[in-house]
Amino acid sequence: MTQQASYGFWRAAGKRLWADKLARVCMAILAIYFAMAVASGLGWIAADWNEEVGVSYANPSFLGEDYPNPQGKNSMISQEVLVIDDKQKAVDPLAPYYAEIEQRAAAYEQEELKPSWTLPLGGDKWGRDILAKVIQAGEVSITVGVAAAALAVLVGTLLGAIGGYFGGKLGDLLEWFYNIFTSVPYILLVLAFAAVFGKGISTVILVLGFTGWTGTYRLIRSEYIKQRGRDYVMAANAIGASHARKMFVHILPNVSHLILVQLSQLVVDFIKAEVILSFLGLGVPTDAVSWGIMINEVMPELVLGKWWQLAAVATVMSTFVVAFGLFTDLLRDALDPKASRR
Amino acid sequence: MTTENLLEIKNLHVSFRLGKSETFEALKGVNYVIPKNSVVALVGESGSGKSVSAMAIMDLLPRANTVIAPESGLVFEGVDLLKQSEKQRRALCGKQISMIFQDPMTSLNPVYKVGDQIVEVLRLHKPLSKAAAKQRAVELLREVGIPDPETRINSYPHEMSGGQQQRVMIAMAIACEPKLLIADEPTTALDVTIQKQIIELLIKLKATHGMSVLFITHDLELVREIADHVVVMHRGVIKEQGASEQVFTAPKDPYTRALLACRPTIDKRPIRLPVVEDFLAGREHELPQGERSRGVLASDPIVLEVRNLKKTFRVKQGLFSHKEVAAVKDVSFKLARGKTLGIVGESGSGKTTLGKTILRLNSCEGGEVIYEGKNLMSLSDKEFMPYKRQMQIVFQNPYASLNPRFTVGDILLEPMRVHGIHDSDKDRAEHAMQLLKRVGLDEKAFNKYPHEFSGGQRQRVSIARCLTMKPEILVCDESVSALDVSVQAQVLNLLQELQDEYGMSYLFISHDLNVVKYISDEVLVMNHGEMVEYANADELYRQPKHAYTQKLLAAIPGRG
Repeated sequence: MTQQASYGFWRAAGKRLWADKLARVCMAILAIYFAMAVASGLGWIAADWNEEVGVSYANPSFLGEDYPNPQGKNSMISQEVLVIDDKQKAVDPLAPYYAEIEQRAAAYEQEELKPSWTLPLGGDKWGRDILAKVIQAGEVSITVGVAAAALAVLVGTLLGAIGGYFGGKLGDLLEWFYNIFTSVPYILLVLAFAAVFGKGISTVILVLGFTGWTGTYRLIRSEYIKQRGRDYVMAANAIGASHARKMFVHILPNVSHLILVQLSQLVVDFIKAEVILSFLGLGVPTDAVSWGIMINEVMPELVLGKWWQLAAVATVMSTFVVAFGLFTDLLRDALDPKASRR
Repeated sequence: MTTENLLEIKNLHVSFRLGKSETFEALKGVNYVIPKNSVVALVGESGSGKSVSAMAIMDLLPRANTVIAPESGLVFEGVDLLKQSEKQRRALCGKQISMIFQDPMTSLNPVYKVGDQIVEVLRLHKPLSKAAAKQRAVELLREVGIPDPETRINSYPHEMSGGQQQRVMIAMAIACEPKLLIADEPTTALDVTIQKQIIELLIKLKATHGMSVLFITHDLELVREIADHVVVMHRGVIKEQGASEQVFTAPKDPYTRALLACRPTIDKRPIRLPVVEDFLAGREHELPQGERSRGVLASDPIVLEVRNLKKTFRVKQGLFSHKEVAAVKDVSFKLARGKTLGIVGESGSGKTTLGKTILRLNSCEGGEVIYEGKNLMSLSDKEFMPYKRQMQIVFQNPYASLNPRFTVGDILLEPMRVHGIHDSDKDRAEHAMQLLKRVGLDEKAFNKYPHEFSGGQRQRVSIARCLTMKPEILVCDESVSALDVSVQAQVLNLLQELQDEYGMSYLFISHDLNVVKYISDEVLVMNHGEMVEYANADELYRQPKHAYTQKLLAAIPGRG
């Protein structure tokens, strides 16, 4: 018997993961993203993303105000100050009312909005701050990705577990269902779902979740078929454990690492899928913003030479996707006992 | 340079890199020689390093994480192999030195015909035309005893039996007339009767080709007749080596004596099997003397009665049809209280299926299993539930039968929770602790995971899991077959003690006739699903009536 402290599977995997420098970097990046998403969700940051705080296509601060920009400062139309002299007053029919107009106007507080010419990461067409926008969009995209992946994995695992564990007629039935489901072209399926559910963030989650379970189903089903014949399941059978117990107490922990890896892969997939859906106009509604919507907006901007929205969203999104993807790979390595043999 | 030695292994140190700083020393300075035209047996338990030394000779160790110390030497006909280039060594392997492995089913490529695989080896090392190589392949197959080699040369590996596949492997190994044949546990995966044939074949080939054989095995008894020299290894160190006669008749090292003693034999049945610790601690003269008498009398109370049990499997044939394959045909027996019924048979005899069917881990297609006056086979799942705890099973592979994600505590508490034994988890945990102690494990084991234990300790956990339910009947399905010889003795002793203490009845399923003889009161011999012979153990071993039983008994190693 070994004398060292007893490590369960998860602790050992966690230790292996932590030992990897790259994994730590990825985890730090992801932690920042999730913290931002939560903070944005609670309204602490980027709550006023929809305010038009800058001029249309405001320059990013680091480029300065003088960067050639049709709407920029160098193209500002100089305002001619109109001086009304007595000669003019004599012919102006409104002249007697000037005093009254000014008096009445003074009753209202007037604030001159001074849209700024530059914003930290620039502005969009309406002069909204791209920094706030990309954070807000991140919140939506990450929520959609995580929630849809969780839903897809839940459906896939449940069906896969039932199909794989029981097999037989029930398994065949699920298999037929799966085959029919996957025979429909994916985009068409998504369009159909989107058309039925209507538009909204929760729709995107449902659409992606209910169309994306198939891969998880296949994987979990095959794993359950493999595990159900194992001796430890037979042993559980011999002591009188129920089907549900064998499925979810005995076998599930033995396939949970696969589920986790599936989950993280699907998060990335769904964030990208949301981009495509939004691009097609089936994504989040127009009053909300997501990374996909931002990318969709970019097309006409590029023609005008306004590259900063694309740069911001592309950098933020690809950093997240790459970090998440790497993390998934490292997680799989850490969870796979064979990989740990080196 | 010596002329009579084919291969000299000099001070061989092999270590494996486990992590950045960790290394594991598999061989700690091993010296032995393989003389020309002789059989050297390398004997040891798992982890002894016996296979590592063979793989070092064949240059099969992974180069990335293997360190062979510079002072090591592998002198083959006067040339140090370790100083040769990779290419030179490749050329030597297969031609001068060849190897056969434990499992022929995984060593042959399943998508090529066996003939093509032999032809490949031949043409790799010899300038032969395709036709000539094929001709030679037929000769080789004939030599290794494959009937009708002209047609069998076009067979795929799966069309042959395990024994025939191993013969093909041997044909490939001797194809280029090697001077040294390394046989790494060549018969472990095979049935006893086949094992005997393969060993006879190896002896014959050694004589006709004048080659040397390095025979690696865990079973000392197996090499008694064939080996000229025996090398006994333990944890990377050679414990003893010498001429075969000396090692078997007057072993010098206590470890060798232990290996010889702790394996149950067919002619003795000690009250308690000696274990390695007895010898290493110098207690070998304090072993309990006397033999246990066994057998079932007509007056013994019967716990379980099996009548005409039948089990068939449906095998799909084509798209819509299927055929039925009978795994167990018409088996009947009575199990007496506190006694052991041994069920022996070769692979495919249906012995394991029989055990599982009785426990209703399989469906059943006919017959009755009477327990407490009820036919268990006709009960619904719900009605059967209370009987489940009365009948438990210990599986063969202790690495697979414990859920790797459960702690030992979870494993032991679960059956008690399922069956509502004790009122609280505190009482259950207390009971579990007692049982852990009873099966010879530390209380600390409670919070550990199965992977932290050795095979023998895991089998103890499996046994403890069964004991939580206080079963009346315990099915031991090859429960000690996967264990090392020394551990096997410990577990057999434990099983015997528990039977004496709790009065359990055992159904002991095994292919190992020695073990079955040791532990059984009655023996049932199975062949192809049929019950061949059923009698008291002593009587059956003394006077086997059926021809198949006689054949089985004659194949036991060490019995000529």
